[in-house]
Amino acid sequence: MTRRSVLLWVARHALAIALALMFLGPLVFIALTALMSDRQALTSDLWPHTWNWGNFTEIFEKAPLLTWIRNTLLYSVLATAFMLVSSIPVAYALARFRFPGRRTAMLLVITMMMLPPQVVAVPIYLIWARFHLTGTLWPLILPMLLGDAFSIFLLRQFLVTIPREYSDAAKVDGCGEFRTLVRVILPMARPAIAAVALFQFFYCWNDYYGPLLYAGTDLDNWTLSLGLAAFRSVHRVQWNLTMAATLLAMAPVIIVFFFAQKVFIEGVKLTGVK
Amino acid sequence: MARTALSRPNPLSRGNLRALLYLSPWLAGFAIFFVYPLVSTVYFSFQRYDLFTLEPVGLLNWEYFFKDQAAWTAIRNTLWLVVVMVPLRVLFGLGVAQLVTRLKAGAGVYRTIFYLPALVPLVAGTLGFVFLLNPGTGPVQAILSAVGLPAPDWFGDPAWSKWGLTLLGLWSVGDLMVIFMAALLDVPKQLYEAAAIDGANGWRQFTSITLPVIRPVLMFALVTGVIQTLQYFTQAEVAARVASGATDSAGSVFTPGYPDQSTLTFPQWLFQQGFRDYAMGYACVLALMLFAVAMVFTLILLRQFRGLGEEDV
Repeated sequence: MTRRSVLLWVARHALAIALALMFLGPLVFIALTALMSDRQALTSDLWPHTWNWGNFTEIFEKAPLLTWIRNTLLYSVLATAFMLVSSIPVAYALARFRFPGRRTAMLLVITMMMLPPQVVAVPIYLIWARFHLTGTLWPLILPMLLGDAFSIFLLRQFLVTIPREYSDAAKVDGCGEFRTLVRVILPMARPAIAAVALFQFFYCWNDYYGPLLYAGTDLDNWTLSLGLAAFRSVHRVQWNLTMAATLLAMAPVIIVFFFAQKVFIEGVKLTGVK
Repeated sequence: MARTALSRPNPLSRGNLRALLYLSPWLAGFAIFFVYPLVSTVYFSFQRYDLFTLEPVGLLNWEYFFKDQAAWTAIRNTLWLVVVMVPLRVLFGLGVAQLVTRLKAGAGVYRTIFYLPALVPLVAGTLGFVFLLNPGTGPVQAILSAVGLPAPDWFGDPAWSKWGLTLLGLWSVGDLMVIFMAALLDVPKQLYEAAAIDGANGWRQFTSITLPVIRPVLMFALVTGVIQTLQYFTQAEVAARVASGATDSAGSVFTPGYPDQSTLTFPQWLFQQGFRDYAMGYACVLALMLFAVAMVFTLILLRQFRGLGEEDV
């Protein structure tokens, strides 16, 4: 290596380490504060004097966290399952079938994907109010039975890359269109399906706007995000407990990410233009 | 059935009916959650509606829009985020992606670390940042003072609150980084080799090879960034709520925008009008404004997908 390239190597790694500290800093700081005592959390100290592991049990006594976790899980799991059942056939049709208006349908999917949810919020809210479902999370779960534009788009982008020969071969062997989809295409599309499922799950897990609109004022119907945003003020607790609850909300996302990192990264790549 | 050039396409052919069957969930969703609400929003924009009484008021809601000071404040704040935060995120994301693709050792580890904040729940990330930047309790204040820089009261000062949100946006730049990394790795190596032989240095290579090749991806990131920022809601709402210490239990009132309406974004004002003040007719006027602006950028995005559907299927 020349002198210049050694210097460049050092400079790049120094920059990367500095950036890593900046990206990880807030997370580390949240974790450290979560372990401080009430009093110390009000100071600008970085390191806990005493390690208050009890903070993590105390937050469960201060707020109905278990109920919120249960609600959030119900929302995330059902929405993800419904989305998969409804979106996969749509994405398959858009990727494989020839029919008039195919291109238009695809462009409409992208338009729906980009539509700010607030644009159509009033009439949709009124629909759910008519069915007396406001004040619950069902207005966020049930629409997933009718497909999700982002997931359809992402799945379709993956499905078009599967060579047509595979489905043709299955048909020669006497498979119908539906059986070809289930037996041949779905196993090959596993990475994309895993990606949309994870994205959907975490979208729901993190969602704040949806529950804010529909969950109402009854704490028993809240999700973790709603509870977390109001945690400090409603429960009059200190920053240390707020940060402990924050950490609790982040933990599942971070753990799953470490196990399924490749799925996330490949999924994000699919969202870009080709 | 073999289709020849002469046979007329039958709209009710088996193939078309099958497509219709597969598409039916989405078609129903499109009708119920897109077409109907849009038409309905136009209708409600000419009514006064508070969930109980419906009264036609002609153009009143539309006229009110031009007199609504808070709506224009919200528009200015949203524009600020579009003009400042979106380009900064794209530049930062590109910079980080460029760095990671150049690292020979440890690129995977760095990519993981840089992407991680993008997954942190918005509410949790915002809470963390408000605390982190909070004077007196957060370390940022101490660090800035230690090196002799002015230490602003980020989420408590109207002049700095949007910068606080921008920092939060830069922290979660990971998704852009992944998209840019994929684009950068797709640039043909031979182009750089040829340029190096011609004596082009790093910066020349970047401006005359890298940038032109990844231009569509940059455009995509900018346009989707603008559309996402037009919906900017959660971070601003949570930051204002936590920084102001407002309660959201029944009976108390939360007014978004703290401090001094500086973080009030357009979707927040729409939500406030429609679902906290129950001025649903007026909220529909705001919704249609948002729709018009979002559609302009969506059309730009659709042009990028011109080739879509022309793949061999």
